[in-house]
Amino acid sequence: MSALFQDRRAVLLLGLLAILALAPLAAGDYLLSILITVLLQAYLGMSWNVMMGFAGQFSLGHALYVGLGAYAGGALFVHYGTPPWIGAIAGMAVSAAVGAVIGTLGFRFKVMGVYFALLTIAFAEFTRVLFDHWGWVGASSGLFLPPAPNNSPDNLWLLRGSTTMFYYVILGMTAAAFWFSRALLMRRIGYYWQAIREDQDAADALGIDVFRNKMIAVLISAAMTSLGGVFLAFFNNNLYPESIFSMHRSIELMLGTIIGGIGTLFGPILGAVVLTALGELLTELGAHIGIDGVKQIAYGICLMLILVLKPGGLWPWLRKLLRLEGDGR
Amino acid sequence: MDATFFMNVISAGLLTGLVYGLMALGLSVIFGVMRVVNFAHGDMMVVAMYAAFLLFTKLGIEPVPALPLVAGGLFVVGYLLQRFLINHFLEVTEHIQFLLLLSVAMIITNVVLMVFGPDARNIQLDASFESYSLGGLVLDKVRVIAAFTAGGVALLLWAFFRYTTTGTAIRACADNPVGARVVGLDVEKLYAITFGIGTACVGAAGCLLLLLVDVHPHLSSDYTLLGFIIVILGGLGSLGGALLGGILVGLSEALSGVLIAPSLKSMFSFGLLILVLLLRPQGILGKKP
Amino acid sequence: MSDNTTSLSASRTITRRQFTTAAAAGALVTTTGLPLRPARAATPLKLGVLLPRSGHLALIGQACQRGAEIGLPMLKDMGYSVELMNADTESNPDVGRTQAEKLIREGANMLMGAFDSATTLAIAGVAEQKGVPFVVNIAAEPKLTEQGFKYTFRNFPSAGMLGKGGLLLYKDMFAATGVTPKTAVLLHINDSFGMAMLGGINALMPKLDMPFTIVETIAYDPKARDLSIEVSKAKAAKADFVMTVTRLNDAILLVREMVKQQVETMGITSPGSPGMYDKQFVKALGKYAEYCSVNIPWFDPKQEMAKTLEKTFEKAFPEESFDLNVGFTFEAVLIAADAHKRAGSNDPQALTEALRATNLAKRAMIGGPIKFEANGQNMNLRSAVVQNLGGKPTVVLPTESSEAKLVFPMPAFKGRT
Repeated sequence: MSALFQDRRAVLLLGLLAILALAPLAAGDYLLSILITVLLQAYLGMSWNVMMGFAGQFSLGHALYVGLGAYAGGALFVHYGTPPWIGAIAGMAVSAAVGAVIGTLGFRFKVMGVYFALLTIAFAEFTRVLFDHWGWVGASSGLFLPPAPNNSPDNLWLLRGSTTMFYYVILGMTAAAFWFSRALLMRRIGYYWQAIREDQDAADALGIDVFRNKMIAVLISAAMTSLGGVFLAFFNNNLYPESIFSMHRSIELMLGTIIGGIGTLFGPILGAVVLTALGELLTELGAHIGIDGVKQIAYGICLMLILVLKPGGLWPWLRKLLRLEGDGR
Repeated sequence: MDATFFMNVISAGLLTGLVYGLMALGLSVIFGVMRVVNFAHGDMMVVAMYAAFLLFTKLGIEPVPALPLVAGGLFVVGYLLQRFLINHFLEVTEHIQFLLLLSVAMIITNVVLMVFGPDARNIQLDASFESYSLGGLVLDKVRVIAAFTAGGVALLLWAFFRYTTTGTAIRACADNPVGARVVGLDVEKLYAITFGIGTACVGAAGCLLLLLVDVHPHLSSDYTLLGFIIVILGGLGSLGGALLGGILVGLSEALSGVLIAPSLKSMFSFGLLILVLLLRPQGILGKKP
Repeated sequence: MSDNTTSLSASRTITRRQFTTAAAAGALVTTTGLPLRPARAATPLKLGVLLPRSGHLALIGQACQRGAEIGLPMLKDMGYSVELMNADTESNPDVGRTQAEKLIREGANMLMGAFDSATTLAIAGVAEQKGVPFVVNIAAEPKLTEQGFKYTFRNFPSAGMLGKGGLLLYKDMFAATGVTPKTAVLLHINDSFGMAMLGGINALMPKLDMPFTIVETIAYDPKARDLSIEVSKAKAAKADFVMTVTRLNDAILLVREMVKQQVETMGITSPGSPGMYDKQFVKALGKYAEYCSVNIPWFDPKQEMAKTLEKTFEKAFPEESFDLNVGFTFEAVLIAADAHKRAGSNDPQALTEALRATNLAKRAMIGGPIKFEANGQNMNLRSAVVQNLGGKPTVVLPTESSEAKLVFPMPAFKGRT
C-alpha cells in the first residue's frame, strides 16, 4: 500500500512540475513575475527550513545571507564582469563562512533559542549598517546592475535576459532545493538533525556530535540562501543594504514556511503559494478600497491563526486530507 | 572638541538613556516573571506614543500629565492580551511563542499605519524649543523632564515589587511558579497583572519619548530591537540591569556618534549586543541561568 | 509587420497569436501581448502613473499624485487627451517593478513616476525591456541618464546638476546681500540621495571656486530618531553657516535641535534637497522655520501656467503644500500628453520618438523650454533660491523670477517673535 501512496506523491509532484514548466506558454510576463516571486519565496523558505525545520536552530536574520549572496554576485559582476554562477560560488563561500562564525560563536557560547535568534538579527543589522558605508558595493547609494538591452537574446551564463529565462532558472533552483532537502532528510544527517531538534541533550547522550551537525545545517542553509540572493540581485538589478538586509525580509522569508509547515518538505512551497496569492488578492482589494497596510495585517492574522489553530502548519493537515501518508512529510 | 562639548554629549546620552531604560523595564519584567519574550514591545510603545499624541492634540493634555492615563490604558491592553492569547502559549516551545508575538506586532504596526498614516507626527510644547544653560552646558528642557519622570516611574515600580503584597506574590511566581500555585496564589491572574505592568511601563516610556522624538509607525521594529539590546546588555529579568543597559546604550550611541560617525552609531549598539551575548549572555547584572 | 521588433521572446507566443489582428489593424504589436487598439490620436494616451502612495514615502507620493490629477482639466482645455492609470509602488522597488509590468499588461502606452531613485531605476529597467517610454517626474539618481536607457526621459536634475545649480546659487546669494561667509558645515542624510548629492558637492567645490570651505561633513542614519549628537557636532565645528541635505522629518529634527542647542548661524540652507520648503516643516517649527532656504528647481511665479496651476491647486487642496512635487509631476503629465499629441499615435515607438523631439516653452517651472538630450535628460533646468518668508516658500533668486528679497544672514533664533 505504502508504495502506491509513494507513487501517488511522485505523480502529483511530477504533474505540478510539468504544469510549472509549461506555464510560460500560457502566462504573460506579469503572471510569470508573480510565479517567480512564489518560487523564490519557496526556495528561500526551503533554505531557512534546513536550519530551523530540520535542525531546530531558530534564525531570524536570514536576510544576512540573502544580502551577502546578492552583493557578492552583483558586485563581482559590476566590477569585473564575473558571471553570476562564479560569483555565486564566492557568495556561498562567504555566507557559509559568516554562518560558521555565527554558528561557532552561538553554539560554543551556548547562546540558545530566542537568544540565538537575536544574535542572528544583530549580525544582520550590523552588516546592514556596514554595507551602508562600504563604497565598493555602492554604500547606501545602492549597487546597480546594468539591465540587458531591449531585444537582446537570453544569456543564461550571465543571467541577462527575459522574464521567461529567470522563471526557468528559479524553477530549476526550487526543484533542486526540494530534491536536495529530501535527500538530506533521508540520510543519516537528517535523522541526527531531528534528534537534535527534538531533544538536544538526549541526542548528545546518544553520542551524536551535536555541534558538528548543527554547524553543517547552518552552513548548508546559509549557502543555499545566498544562492537565492544571487538570483534576486540579477532579477532585480538593484541592491540597497536598507532593503536587502532588513529584518522585514528575514520575517517574510520564514513566514511562508511557518504557514506551510516547519520541517516539512512541501510546506515552504505551499506557504509561498498561499502567501503570494493572499498578497496579490489584497493588493487588488487595497487598490479598490484605497486602504494601505491591509496586506501586512492579513499576514499577521494569518500567522496568528496558524499558530493558534494549526501550529504544525497547513501541509501536515492538507496531507492528511489528501491521504498522502508517505514517510511522514 | 573641548570639554564642554563632551559634557553636553554625555549628559544628553545619559538623559535619553534613562528613558530607554524605562522602556526596557517593561520587557524585562515580563521576561523575568513568565519567560515570555515580548516581540511586540516596540509596537506597543508606538501605540502609546500615538495615544499621547492624540491626548495632546485633541484634549490638550501634555504628555507628562497624560502618562498615568496612557500607562493605565496599556495596562488593560497587556492584561487582556495575556489573559486571552498569550496565556495559552506559556507551555509551547520558545520559537512558537516568539512568532505569536511577532504576529501581534505585525498586526499592531499595520493597524497603526492604517489609522495614522505613514508620516511622522510630533507635538509642540512651549518647552520644545527651550533649554537650560549651566555655564557651557546646554540641557534640553524636555529631555531633563523626560529623564526625571522616567527615573520616578522606575522608582515606583521598584517600590511596588518590594513593598506591596501583589508585588511580592509576583516575585514568588517568578522564583517558583509551582510553589506559588501550591500556596494558593492565582498564578494566571498574577501573570496577567505582570504583563499589564510590563506594557504599562512601555506606555509610560512612550509618553516621555514623544517629548524627544517624532512618532511614526515604522519606529516599532527599531524600538523592539533597541529594547532587546538594552535588556540583554543589563540582564533579562533584572530591573536595575534594564536601567543600567538603557543608560549604557544612550551613552554609547552618543559617544560613538561623536567619535566615529553618527550614521554608524546603530552598528555600535548591535556590536555591543553581539559582544554581550557571547561574553556574558546573562547580561551585566543578570544572574547565571 | 517589421515593426514588431520590440517583442521579447517571453511574449512571443502571445504576439504570434495576435499577429493576424495586428496585421489587419496595421498597427504595432506591443511587447506584452495586450489587446490591440488602433493607433489613432483620437484614442487618449494611457499613462501609467507609478507613485509611492503608501510606505515610508507615502506623504510625497500622495503630493505627486495630486500634481498628476490637478492638471488634467487644464490639459484638456489645451487640447491634450490623456487618461491616468494609477498604481502604488508602496515605496518598494520590487513592487514598483511588478506594478510597471502590470500597467503595461493592462494597456499603458507610457509610464510616469516614481519619485524615489531605487524604484525609478527598477521601472526604467522594465521600460527598457518592454520598449515602453518612461517619463521621470522626480528622481535625482545620476545613473538614470548615464546607463544608456533609450526609453527613459527625465524632467528633473540629476544629483550632480542639482548640486551644481545649488552651489552656484550660493555665489548669487552672497553677491545679492554683500555678505560672504568663509566656512560651512554640511549635515547630510546617509541614503542614496544624500550620498549622490554629497558626491556632487565634493567634486564641484574645488572646480567652482567657491568662496567658502566646508569644514566638517556629518552624515546621519536615515533611521535616526534623534539628531542631538549630530547637531552638537555641527555646533562644535563653529562654521559661519549650515548646509543641509535632508528629507522632511530629519529637516524638522535638525532645525528644532539647532534651536534647542542655541546654534546661531548666518543661515540654514540646502544646496538642493526636500524638507525645508514643505508645509509640514513650517507647521512644525513655526517662527523657527523662517529664513531657512533651499536651492532647488521651483515654480516660476512669472509663468502663466504656474499661476493657473497654483490657483486650481489652492482651491482643491487648501491644506496641502504647493511644491515641486506637484509641479514636476504636473509637468511630467504635460510632457507625456504633448508627445502623444504630436505622435498622433499610441504606439510606444512613435511616442518615444515624439518624446525625444519635445520642445515645450510654456511650462510651470523655472528654466528654459523642456528639451531632452540624447541620454533623455532635460537640459534646460534651473534652480532657484526658495526661502521661507512669512510662512511661505518664496522665490528670492534668480532676480527675474523673484517675489521677494533674500534675507541673509538670518536673524538669530533667540528673540524671534
